[in-house]
Amino acid sequence: MANQRLTEIAVGVFIAIGLAALVMLAMKVSNISALTERDGYEITAKFENIGGLKVRAPVSMAGVHIGRVIGVTFEQETFTAVVKMRIRAEYDKLPLDTSAGIYTSGVLGESYVGLEAGAEEENLIDGGEITLTQSAMILEQLVGQFLLDKAADE
Amino acid sequence: MLNWLQFLGRGGLDFFERLGRGHMFIVRVSAGLPGLFLQPRLVIQQLFSVGVLSLQIIAISGLTVGMVLGLQMYNTLVDFGAEDSLGPVVALSLVRELGPVLAALLFAGRAGSALTAEIGLMKATEQLSGMEMMAVDPIKRVVAPRFLAGAISLPLLAAIFSAIGILGSYFVGIGLLGVDSGAFWSQMQAKVDVQEDILNGVLKSIAFGVVATWIAVFEGYDAVPTTEGVSRATTRTVVHTAFAVLGLDFVLTALMFGGE
Repeated sequence: MANQRLTEIAVGVFIAIGLAALVMLAMKVSNISALTERDGYEITAKFENIGGLKVRAPVSMAGVHIGRVIGVTFEQETFTAVVKMRIRAEYDKLPLDTSAGIYTSGVLGESYVGLEAGAEEENLIDGGEITLTQSAMILEQLVGQFLLDKAADE
Repeated sequence: MLNWLQFLGRGGLDFFERLGRGHMFIVRVSAGLPGLFLQPRLVIQQLFSVGVLSLQIIAISGLTVGMVLGLQMYNTLVDFGAEDSLGPVVALSLVRELGPVLAALLFAGRAGSALTAEIGLMKATEQLSGMEMMAVDPIKRVVAPRFLAGAISLPLLAAIFSAIGILGSYFVGIGLLGVDSGAFWSQMQAKVDVQEDILNGVLKSIAFGVVATWIAVFEGYDAVPTTEGVSRATTRTVVHTAFAVLGLDFVLTALMFGGE
């Protein structure tokens, strides 16, 4: 009988360790904290060119992560890219004339959306749109431009 | 020429006959599963011998794989000044691929072979026919608890493997190589998705658990009841599980991560 008890305890420990490993993978390793961003609000911005921006890229303001890109679509009427972002609920005081730009962290790092506050009294609300946008800088275009300028100088 | 064709045909027929028997077998085992709720003791006993006793090899392999992965990835990443990406690289490769696959292969060697040998020897020593004579269904009494225990154990073992591997690479990366600990975790959390990566990894290991245990119990039940037959069946378990797991892994990876 004591043997049976030991077996059951060992199995209990095994299952507990297994579940703990799963919980650790979910909480510590992955972005489950990002799921809580679901209760934020959505804003959109239209860009001429988004470069390498991907869904789930971070949205930051003053370098602080305040939201995430949740969708990128192409609008045929204006030939622009529409980037949908979800901003965390606690950051609800973004001025109406906030501007957005697409930057890369480091030279070869991932793209992110950087927001810069405007001066308007009113705030962006759910479904609002950022009108002042700055396209991504495309490395190839910059290099091409540089070479052209160089050729013009000579 | 005709002999050769006959050889080919017999091989094909044998193959499909075994495949068919395997499927009939799994149906009978599944029919025996609900009855286990009345006798949880049987399953707990098997969880001990299949799961708990595999913990040691899974933990040690996970730790070494994680440490080696951390060490090797660091050497390459540091050339690009990207050693902060060590966390996501190690975590993604462990959670998506190495955890489920290596855990399944180790499981086949440690637990699958033991299951086959046990059931095969029961058959060789006519314990199974003895049970039938006493009106006890050996599939319900012997095979079903082992199958259920294996299918429960492997996902847990794979999760333990991945978690310990990540800890191992953390120790190597932060303790030995001087990677920043904050960047290690935050980059990992930014890149690893709960549904996309963790959940798919767990689904993979569930599929592997079912397949690996299915092969193990079927080979044991189907073994030729002699000493040689049991030893052959044990070998076949390990080899076939490796084939099945690696092939299935490719298909599952293509389905889960291929269509981006």
